[in-house]
Amino acid sequence: MSENFEPVIVGFLCNWCSYRAADLAGTARLKYAPNMRPIRVMCSGRVDPQFVLKALRNGADGVMIAGCHPGECHYVSGNIKALRRFVLLKKMLRQLGVEEERVQLVWASASEGIILAEKVDKMTAEVRALGPLNWNKTVLGGNGHPVVKAEPVAEEV
Amino acid sequence: MSDKPKLAMYWSASCGGCEISVLNIHEHILTVDEVFDVAFFPCIADFKVHHVESYPDGYIDVCLWNGAVRNSEGEHMAHLLRQKSKFMVAYGSCAYEGCIPALSNLTSKEATFNTVYFDNPSIDNPNKVLPTESVQVTEGELTLPTFWNTVKSLDQVIDVDYYLPGCPPEPPQIWAVLQVIVGALLEGKPLPPKGSLVGHSGVAVCEECPLEKSEKTITKFFRPYEIVPEPGVCLLEQGIVCNGPATVGGCGALCPQVGMGCRGCYGPLPGVEDQGGKMLSAIASVIGAGEAGMDEHEIERQIEAVVDTIVDPAGTFYRFSMAHSLLERAKVNGKGE
Repeated sequence: MSENFEPVIVGFLCNWCSYRAADLAGTARLKYAPNMRPIRVMCSGRVDPQFVLKALRNGADGVMIAGCHPGECHYVSGNIKALRRFVLLKKMLRQLGVEEERVQLVWASASEGIILAEKVDKMTAEVRALGPLNWNKTVLGGNGHPVVKAEPVAEEV
Repeated sequence: MSDKPKLAMYWSASCGGCEISVLNIHEHILTVDEVFDVAFFPCIADFKVHHVESYPDGYIDVCLWNGAVRNSEGEHMAHLLRQKSKFMVAYGSCAYEGCIPALSNLTSKEATFNTVYFDNPSIDNPNKVLPTESVQVTEGELTLPTFWNTVKSLDQVIDVDYYLPGCPPEPPQIWAVLQVIVGALLEGKPLPPKGSLVGHSGVAVCEECPLEKSEKTITKFFRPYEIVPEPGVCLLEQGIVCNGPATVGGCGALCPQVGMGCRGCYGPLPGVEDQGGKMLSAIASVIGAGEAGMDEHEIERQIEAVVDTIVDPAGTFYRFSMAHSLLERAKVNGKGE
């Protein structure tokens, strides 16, 4: 494992709470790990498990799903749907050998820029400790057929 | 041989059910015999590999390949038959997406060997003999193919023209596909575009399933032996994991109608990359736990309690599609073996 490994974390942030929390963290000039690449989705309930699996397959070291606190969802219960999926996905990923820290669900409301920043920092440290995932090479490499779906996601830091 | 079109059918990592399914088209098999010359079909006719090697390239018109690719011999035969065939059809779930053999992608080659040669209750192997790839005997060297760590679908090894899903494909679908092929070979009718999935209905198994469906909220999932399903009612509603919502139809929903949840053998619906991911979504959405307004940790605890009743999510949702899933295999021992 290289000393200066910087994990790539794909973040799915809900439009109404967590993306705004990230916005707030930015306007408040909070300093936090730059490893999370935010992708705005309308609701954490929009996050299909396929998105998570595809991110892991195509080079992400971790995936963060962030939504409104339960009870505060803009669409009433989208975040509970996300939680149901997440709990089941976590159990399935354990069978597939993906460490628990690599896929996390966090709640951050629009005013919780600090909390989101802390969670990103914490997750980045955890994934950094685990090392690169590099699914295509590490897991499929020795058995490899050419992977056409994958595109380079990470740049060397 | 006559100048009739040539048909081949070959198996690799499969159970032989696909061969039987071809015979299951009943009297239509006579039409198949009338139209085609069999050029290679180890299950029913005594052809050898050197016969295939002696054919010119593209000599076989249609090759139905069933079985996943598990070892170096399967790979060799796949390349050979691809070279000798005009149309290569991934016939059945193993060739299309890995099927049951690919479930061993959830573990390592070593663990598979341990189970097969040491740990199974019916095994008596006191000297711990394992197959080796090469052994010297007085007559010379004997070899076995290399056993891979990962099971692959046919299209991960060679170029495939058509996919016919099912474990095994259903006779009416086989016959429909054969008619299209025969029409193209004899009458020049158009073929579906290369790479098509043929012989399915294009809609979910639930569409074809006559069981009555209403609102679903599940608080406990059952394995098939734990419950006697109520007839006429959607199995998923009764807590039996049924892969119908995430599986393409064409089978006529045979399994749910006899009380067995859809196994998922026809694979994902058109446009879906990962059947297991979709099935996971469908199952998660019927979990009847967690209301808005409850304590965050309490919601999670309740959902976990329901999820705990699903014994083997990866094996259930990817029962037939592990090799074709986004991750393709599990990470074992920090890598892919």
